[in-house]
Amino acid sequence: MMQFIHKYGSPKHFYEWSGRWAKILTWATLVLMAAGLYQGLIVSPPDYQQSETVRIMYIHVPSAWLSMFTYMVMATSGIVALVWRIKVAEIVVGQCAIIGASFTVLALVTGMLWGKPMWGAYWVWDARLTSELVLLFLYVGVIAIYSAYEDPRTGAKAASILAIVGVVNIPIIHYSVEWWNTLHQGPTVTKFDSPSAPASMLIPLFIMFFAFKTYFFAILFARSRNELLMRERESSWVQQITKELK
Amino acid sequence: MHFFLFILRRDLKLAIRNRRELANPLVFFIIVVSLFPLGVSPDRELLSEIAPGIIWVTALLATLMSMDSIFRSDFEDGTLEQLLLLPGSKVLFILAKILAHWLSVGVPLIIIAPIMSLLLYMPEQTLPSLLITLMISTPILSLLGSLGVALTLSLKSGGILSSLLILPFYIPVLIFSTMAISSAADYLPVSGYYALLGAFLIMSVLLIPFAVVAALKVSN
Repeated sequence: MMQFIHKYGSPKHFYEWSGRWAKILTWATLVLMAAGLYQGLIVSPPDYQQSETVRIMYIHVPSAWLSMFTYMVMATSGIVALVWRIKVAEIVVGQCAIIGASFTVLALVTGMLWGKPMWGAYWVWDARLTSELVLLFLYVGVIAIYSAYEDPRTGAKAASILAIVGVVNIPIIHYSVEWWNTLHQGPTVTKFDSPSAPASMLIPLFIMFFAFKTYFFAILFARSRNELLMRERESSWVQQITKELK
Repeated sequence: MHFFLFILRRDLKLAIRNRRELANPLVFFIIVVSLFPLGVSPDRELLSEIAPGIIWVTALLATLMSMDSIFRSDFEDGTLEQLLLLPGSKVLFILAKILAHWLSVGVPLIIIAPIMSLLLYMPEQTLPSLLITLMISTPILSLLGSLGVALTLSLKSGGILSSLLILPFYIPVLIFSTMAISSAADYLPVSGYYALLGAFLIMSVLLIPFAVVAALKVSN
């Protein structure tokens, strides 16, 4: 098992297999996004209360889910990087911080654009919005400390510690709509009884969710490979690649 | 236990020898709290409503600004490295340092806070909740602040970066403390908030020192 991780986590092997997967995932993303957006924006019915503006949900909800998922990936990578000192995991921590911050900003902005027609306000200080904003601050903190150190390996170690300590925020965001009285919509999908939204809305939502997921992995691999080439530019396998490109 | 008391006594001795420095966060607290009635409005009703928030945010900032001293001077002359190499438990070392820091910075803040509450027209029924929330939460602030300092110890512009890192963690503590004081103002029950803050304190005391030790290893 450890040998498996060390082999596929080693920079050279990671570069190779992630290159193949990045291509597959990019195609998957394009297909799923097209299908999801078509289903969500055109085919699915307008809500009886919210009419057409409900369609922002198909972007807002997946990006919020992904912002939390990215944090878990970042924290797990952080543990791997701290415990086993695997370089690829350190790079993944840094890249997840940037990608996660982008998803969080997307979730917050689409939420604001949805909130204005729905609630009459761009922003309210309720539990879920506040905890998502705190998540954005956590991501920004990880990005800041990652880039503050000159030696990227030290920076990655410090960033991993911070990411792991911050994991406590994720359950708070997720359960905030249950624990506090809030204007924000309650949980519709991840409940233990049947979901309270019709299939014609759930299916595009799930398609978009998978589209965002494949997008996340595609972009993570692409960016990580880039960073890896930068960091390992002195090593022989990178020199080989650059020689072949000339 | 011996090691813990040794470090505690050392740090308290150092703090007392620099008595004048201890006054800095306190004076900061007093001045900034006084800025709010001057800058916002001296209206009695408005001030008594926002008073818990003012006192809490200012206590938070005062603690953050004074956190730097916990490791900085030891780091700069190499003592920190030597102390970490001693055979005693590193976690107890961290806890002793944080306790010493809290006793020299947090406790004076708690003592001064009731006087500040007079300046902001806080109603009397909020005084116990103000003191209790400060007593439970200022150790949490010291613990989290020490993590921020430990992470940025070897950086040049570490001060403001450590504030940026730790403030998101302060937000839940701030929210629950001020909600407790506001509830007390309306004579509503506050024990739930105390319980939550107590839980934060226990979790922080048990878990943060390990993170601080890891962060100090990064910085050294």
